[in-house]
Amino acid sequence: MGIDSNAFVAGMSALGAGMAMIAGLGPGIGEGYTAGQACAAIGRQPEAQGDITRTMILGIAMAESTGIYALVIALILLFANPFVGNF
Amino acid sequence: MNVEINGPKVLGYLFGNPNLPITETMRNAWIVMAVILFLCIFLTHRMQKIPKGKQALAEKAVVMIDNLVENTMGKGCQAFSPYIATLLMSSLFGSLATLFWMRPVTADLNTTLGWALITFALITFNKIKYNGIGGYLKGFLEPVFVMAPLNVLSEIATPVSMSFRHFGNMAGGLVISTLIMGALQVLSKAVLGFLPVPLLQIGLPGVLSLYFDCFTACMQAFIFSMLTMAYVGDARGSS
Repeated sequence: MGIDSNAFVAGMSALGAGMAMIAGLGPGIGEGYTAGQACAAIGRQPEAQGDITRTMILGIAMAESTGIYALVIALILLFANPFVGNF
Repeated sequence: MNVEINGPKVLGYLFGNPNLPITETMRNAWIVMAVILFLCIFLTHRMQKIPKGKQALAEKAVVMIDNLVENTMGKGCQAFSPYIATLLMSSLFGSLATLFWMRPVTADLNTTLGWALITFALITFNKIKYNGIGGYLKGFLEPVFVMAPLNVLSEIATPVSMSFRHFGNMAGGLVISTLIMGALQVLSKAVLGFLPVPLLQIGLPGVLSLYFDCFTACMQAFIFSMLTMAYVGDARGSS
């Protein structure tokens, strides 16, 4: 069984999708740091827990965007590949 | 192994026009809207002076959202709480529809992008209303005029990132659950092939569903409405 162009493109796309998800590293580190800082802040000021939690969730959501972009790219490469069929 | 991950299926065409497909998402969205409407009518049916039972539940929900809006956007922003409540409820029920064998409404970029565009219009309207059209345009030239292209980009990035965040979370959960379902099927065929049912599919998908469906749905509904409030409040506050 030989590898034709389309099979090669599909395989490379799968590889690219996997590599795109390396971007999950950044949000993971960032969100962990945010949660740790929020824990420290609640430890210092337990009465501000509600505000701190709300702000933390917002910040985490913002930090998560880059990871989500990577996920969307990976999903496009896997399920809606624009390159397959061009060759 | 049969793993099928598709977008929303096309059920039919409006007026038979192939450019106007009716998708699964649209059907489910109408079902969700009907459920929300029914809940609203049911919970506020025969209201009394002293609330009890279902009326107390409805009042609790309304007061909670009112307080959330007031705490986040400041006083005098009560006019926004119906919109925020709509977003919150549509998003929550639309995502939780997956618990009732329906494809989640929010696992479709069309839905979330629509909501994000409404929010974007609201942000721009409020910026123009509180800063004037000149102030709005001048806002793009800050801090120096060289930054104008970047400011335009960041303005466009707001609805894009909001919609992609919600869509990505829901669709990602869908894809991961489906993949794990397929993997467990293969595994149980290899390990427990003599049994007629894929036994290993019991248990783990349920736990994952608790996180990906229930927790993420509540979280994303909250985050989407919080971000809307933050952006609109920021647009009003910068006057």
